[in-house]
Amino acid sequence: SDEETLIYILDELVEYFRAQIREDPDVASAVAAIRSLLEFLKREQSETILGLRENMTKAIHRLEETDSSVAVSSGGELFLRFISLTSLEHPDLSQCKNVMIERGELFLKKISLSRGKVGKLCHTFIKDGAKILTHSSSRVVLKVLENAAADNKRFTVYVTESQPDSAGKLMAQKLCNLNIPVTVVLDAAVGYIMEKVDLVIVGAEGVVESGGVINKIGTYQMAVCSKAHNKPFYVVAESFKFVRLYPLNQQDVPDRFKYKADILKTVKDLNQEHPMIDYTPPSLITLLFTDLGVLTPSAVSDELIKLYL
Amino acid sequence: MADSDGRQVDSINHSTGKICKELTKEEKQRLRKEKKQHKKNKKDDRGPPEKEKEKEKASVLAPSKPATQSPAHKAAPVPVNASASESPVAAEKPAKSKAEQRAERRARQDTERASKQGKKEGGQQSASSKPKATPNELQPVVKRLPEHIQVDDPAALKKLAKKLERQQVRQINIVPLRSDYGYKVSLFSHLHQYSRKNPPTQQISIPATVIHPSIVRLGLQYSQGIIAGSNARSVALLHAFKQVIQDYSTPPNEELSRDLVNKLSPYISFLSQCRPLSASMGNAIKHIKKEISNIPSQCKEEEAKRRLQECIDSYINEKIILASEAISKYAIEKISDGDVILVYGCSSLVNHILCEAFEKQRKFRVIVVDSRPRLEGREALRRLVKKGIRCTYVLISALSYILPEVSKVFLGAHALLANGYVMSRVGTSQIALVAKAYNVPVLVCCETYKFCERVQTDSFVSNELDDPDDLIVTRNGKTHLENWQTVKSLGLLNLVYDVTPPDFVDLVITDLGMIPCTSVPVVLRVKNVDQ
Repeated sequence: SDEETLIYILDELVEYFRAQIREDPDVASAVAAIRSLLEFLKREQSETILGLRENMTKAIHRLEETDSSVAVSSGGELFLRFISLTSLEHPDLSQCKNVMIERGELFLKKISLSRGKVGKLCHTFIKDGAKILTHSSSRVVLKVLENAAADNKRFTVYVTESQPDSAGKLMAQKLCNLNIPVTVVLDAAVGYIMEKVDLVIVGAEGVVESGGVINKIGTYQMAVCSKAHNKPFYVVAESFKFVRLYPLNQQDVPDRFKYKADILKTVKDLNQEHPMIDYTPPSLITLLFTDLGVLTPSAVSDELIKLYL
Repeated sequence: MADSDGRQVDSINHSTGKICKELTKEEKQRLRKEKKQHKKNKKDDRGPPEKEKEKEKASVLAPSKPATQSPAHKAAPVPVNASASESPVAAEKPAKSKAEQRAERRARQDTERASKQGKKEGGQQSASSKPKATPNELQPVVKRLPEHIQVDDPAALKKLAKKLERQQVRQINIVPLRSDYGYKVSLFSHLHQYSRKNPPTQQISIPATVIHPSIVRLGLQYSQGIIAGSNARSVALLHAFKQVIQDYSTPPNEELSRDLVNKLSPYISFLSQCRPLSASMGNAIKHIKKEISNIPSQCKEEEAKRRLQECIDSYINEKIILASEAISKYAIEKISDGDVILVYGCSSLVNHILCEAFEKQRKFRVIVVDSRPRLEGREALRRLVKKGIRCTYVLISALSYILPEVSKVFLGAHALLANGYVMSRVGTSQIALVAKAYNVPVLVCCETYKFCERVQTDSFVSNELDDPDDLIVTRNGKTHLENWQTVKSLGLLNLVYDVTPPDFVDLVITDLGMIPCTSVPVVLRVKNVDQ
């Protein structure tokens, strides 16, 4: 029956998504999500465009349950917007679907290139002899540092350990492989190390409407410290991470982003759990590097209005 | 029209604002001929009696002060003044020699240049607010009053009076110039200050055929403060316009699309004399005028009227009523259980949001902050308590005491300026400042029809002064400020609006969604593209 086939396809979708992440750990989770959604679009069978939209929304929700990062949610919503932002006046549903699939492929191609674009934009801001501080493990920051190293620039990197999952150590390992001098510091040592560094570069899980960013816990602390020491605080993010949230403070970030997906499902009292992300307000951010260009925090809202309205 | 070359060229120079060197005789003659032709066309349009009246008045002015005449030359349609200046001058002409005329002209140009520097902001602004192309187009019968009135500039006031008189249809003084009341604080001397005890209608003469009675009523309601609040004023204005359109009948040989717009202009001048127009009213008027001029000429009158009524109804519905529904929807997402919300004064939109949130079973309590002399917070308090919401009432002087308890501040807005500044009731920027110091998020709720293209960075440049007698209060049988006018060094200042910089505002909730304060120009741009 229709319901069963839908559930079956949704399960397949989740499997496909997990497989993507397993095969290529370097791919952004949003890109993997969008690839899976494209597959889902090709396989699903609905009779009407409205039905198709509903199924897509269900698919996105299902993926959010699997991986609760902000990027999956924002990427999914942008994907849906992009494919339906065209004239779907064809009388035949299969023709409409083909148009949507075409646009989906186009979107996928565009965003697979976005990390490269960001890297190219940002590495010029790293001067020779610079000391860079970064937080936890971000593939975009890695790409930026890779580009800078390839440009024969000399710089040293300090990475925070980033508990509870020690992602910072992974980052240090990857940087070692690129022959970049790296030091791992405690999360608590950010204030201590801030006077030594020249600039701070962090990635983002999501960029919100106000121009602030949502990133691994500890980013807000780093931003406040860098503001106090007058060091520039740069954020690198691809444009598919722009999300339609507007948090006013830390409490205002929805719970579904703060904790990992499986914890949300199993644990009843979230007060005992530790949140995995925090929110950095736009007043602490100097510049954002995206594939749309180098933006100030107030320009993010302009871009979002263009994307969404 | 036996005018001398000298005077003629003078007026041309004045009108074009250039300081020309002497022209050769042929050029002068050519210019004179062109001017004659212009004047002839103008003369055919206007009736004779008006012309004579203008001439009379101008001739009274002309011999007295050449300096004030020159700015008057610049702004008003040139040929009229030129012709007016000719009449007294023509008599004197034969007496002077060419050399003397030239010297006189040079002297006048010098004084004109000096006066031009002097009133760069003032008179020039009101001059430039009118299109310079006036001599070329068909003399429009009515002109809008300029927004930036320099009350302390006598030449500008004189120009204003002249303009108002030019809006007459039948030589009756329809729109009277209201006189200012009391001593004005020098920083704000460029604004009007009227007294509520002198309503503008005292100087109007009936017959009411000149200003529609519903407009007169509306003007009185504005000036007495019976209708207050930007949404209420806009809606009342639109309803009055509906009545006007209903009673309107196209005169013969006129097109509805052009005549109705001209009929509305003196009404708008009258209303702005009663109380300066708000940004929301300005946008509503612009919209209506656009709709009226877009009525196709072959449309029958009844059909056109019906269409205009519908258009006004849909404007009110979309931009005000439905917008407030959309804003409530977004705002309720920001209200969580256990919140303590601070509101200031009485904003219809914020009250609506709080009532909706309460109906949706959110648990919160409200702190209403109020200030003299309007004490609008009492009205808000009444509405919220009637709904059953737990409220606390404080005066604005207790703000820093109460703010540590507050989790969010909701403010209404009178207008949002193009550089992101929020113009709202006086006291709002104070609340935003103190909230920022306590790290409390400030949310401003504003419909998009209140977004205006103006830019302002302080509260002095453009504001409204209310009746200073409102500040007088009687306590324990003593009224201390009763005779404030007799004390020469005392001024009472009753400001109505102030501007809040965008750094103090965390979020603006509009019907398009939640945007940061700096994105207002983007929304304006998007709206203009849509239109």
